[in-house]
Amino acid sequence: MNRQAQACVLLLLGGAVLRASLTDLYLRYVKEGLRPFLIAASLLLIAAAVMTLWYEMRPALRRTTPAADETHDDHDDHGHAHHEPRVAWLLILPALGLLLVAPPALGAYAANQSGTSLAAGGLPEYPPLPDGDPADISVYDYAVRAVFDKGQSIGDRRVRVTGFTVAGADKQPVLIRMRLSCCAADGQPTKVGLSGNTPAGLADDTWIEVTGRYTTRMGRDPINDFEIPYLEVESWRQVPAPRDPYE
Amino acid sequence: MVAPERTGTADPGEAPAAPPPAPAPAEPHRSRLTDRIGSVEVLAALLILLIALREPLAGLLSAPSLATWTTVFVSVMVQAVPFLVFGVLLSAVIAVFVPRSFWARALPRHPALAVPVASAAGVVLPGCECGSVPIAGSLIRRGVTPAAALAFLLAAPAINPIVLTATAVAFPANPEMVLGRAVASLIVAMVMGWLWLRLGRTEWIRLPRRPDLDDTRRAAAFWSAVRHDVVHAGGFLVIGAAAAASINVLVPERWLRALADEPVLAVLAMAVLAVLLSICSEADAFVAASLSQFSLTARLTFLVVGPMVDLKLISMQTGIFGRGFAARFAPATFVVAVVVAAVTGMVLL
Repeated sequence: MNRQAQACVLLLLGGAVLRASLTDLYLRYVKEGLRPFLIAASLLLIAAAVMTLWYEMRPALRRTTPAADETHDDHDDHGHAHHEPRVAWLLILPALGLLLVAPPALGAYAANQSGTSLAAGGLPEYPPLPDGDPADISVYDYAVRAVFDKGQSIGDRRVRVTGFTVAGADKQPVLIRMRLSCCAADGQPTKVGLSGNTPAGLADDTWIEVTGRYTTRMGRDPINDFEIPYLEVESWRQVPAPRDPYE
Repeated sequence: MVAPERTGTADPGEAPAAPPPAPAPAEPHRSRLTDRIGSVEVLAALLILLIALREPLAGLLSAPSLATWTTVFVSVMVQAVPFLVFGVLLSAVIAVFVPRSFWARALPRHPALAVPVASAAGVVLPGCECGSVPIAGSLIRRGVTPAAALAFLLAAPAINPIVLTATAVAFPANPEMVLGRAVASLIVAMVMGWLWLRLGRTEWIRLPRRPDLDDTRRAAAFWSAVRHDVVHAGGFLVIGAAAAASINVLVPERWLRALADEPVLAVLAMAVLAVLLSICSEADAFVAASLSQFSLTARLTFLVVGPMVDLKLISMQTGIFGRGFAARFAPATFVVAVVVAAVTGMVLL
């Protein structure tokens, strides 16, 4: 791949990352905090592309006036072009992945691959739930309070959580929200079983908002043998996928 | 991936992607034509083709396993782009603006002493492994002894403040994990530096010749270095990201459970897993914390091996330093890292 083509690839990659970080697309892949760095890095990629084209084109523009003796130089350039890295072609893949395919956020498939991840979640003490009835909390917050605090900091308050559903081993729906620590490669599911007025007949990956109360019922994740708390459902409704699919 | 374009004309020798063949210049007119159909044109044709095939392509990738693969692949790349770009910028500054004499003054003259200094220097650079490979390449190019540059390469992603803070957050009940990680990683970096002094041979490192870096116009040399390193290291990063995404999708976690109960097997399994998963060093502590069925020593091994040897690093090291280097350096680092981490774990945890 010669330098002009490399510049095009850099422009494509920089443009794809910039577009993803100016829309909410990047939230499917990385955490919100990375956004300023993504924008800065993509602008630098675009700058590198523009400067490469500038240094490549400038001699060519100058050459249009004087003639014959510069052709030797021209040939030399192409000698170098031969040694330019071939792996450069591969950089098209992530750019097109972002521009053309824009794969979805992690969902049921990834959640079924790994065990519920609460291992690092135990806290010495639990702050009171946020105000409001029902109290809006994250799936992870509910699971941590239910497993490690035995629901004491929840009491008989009503809570509202949002996640997507996956059919569990007993065909009952499990509410799942993925957590990222850096990017989707390290996404870990938090799983909460549903009891009571459980939603039935939902396809995997359907986003629902569930209102309910703490129950002492516990299940186990067959994958890592860790506890899966249950939520006694009072009501639920289907909702569109949230802006940030992770928590 | 570059399909040979058959134009159907009477001239099969004129494959557009190939560089102009040596004996060709007999006909200057035609060689002009092949010059015109260069990589840019192939790239444009490829893009048009892919955009035209967008619908069937998206349909193909909508199967859950393939969709997850694509998500993980894209997100590893998106996550790595800032680190790659800033690492490359720093490496271009080193390659172009920092004079050779600076390194002679900054590092102790004796290579055996330069190794610990370079390892300690890795502590202050908050970056991940994708950035440190091109930086180490530039350091060697600018006359830093390879042993010191390699110690820096290993230490920088493993023990910088961001990584250690992340480890402390991920293991709130076990602060000794932070100490264990810092100590073990520092020891591995220094041991590898000294091992290189004793056993390493300069000819294993094949840095590609880069006449453009000696360009008298500093700005031109700088941007040329940035372009080259992003494209080069980035291309190899793509290979590594694809490999990591495949492992992520193909290996379900339940396979690991069987290994967790055997102490020795657990350590080895976590070491291999660190290599295969290729998680960014700033995130691996959280993944290690979630693999709670494994002993702390096994998880410490995961944290020590991961930032130093993994699929995307091996791929990038092959690209920047050459195959002969990566084939020796990566396995040696793996063995040293596993042994040091296991011993540190037994003593500290």
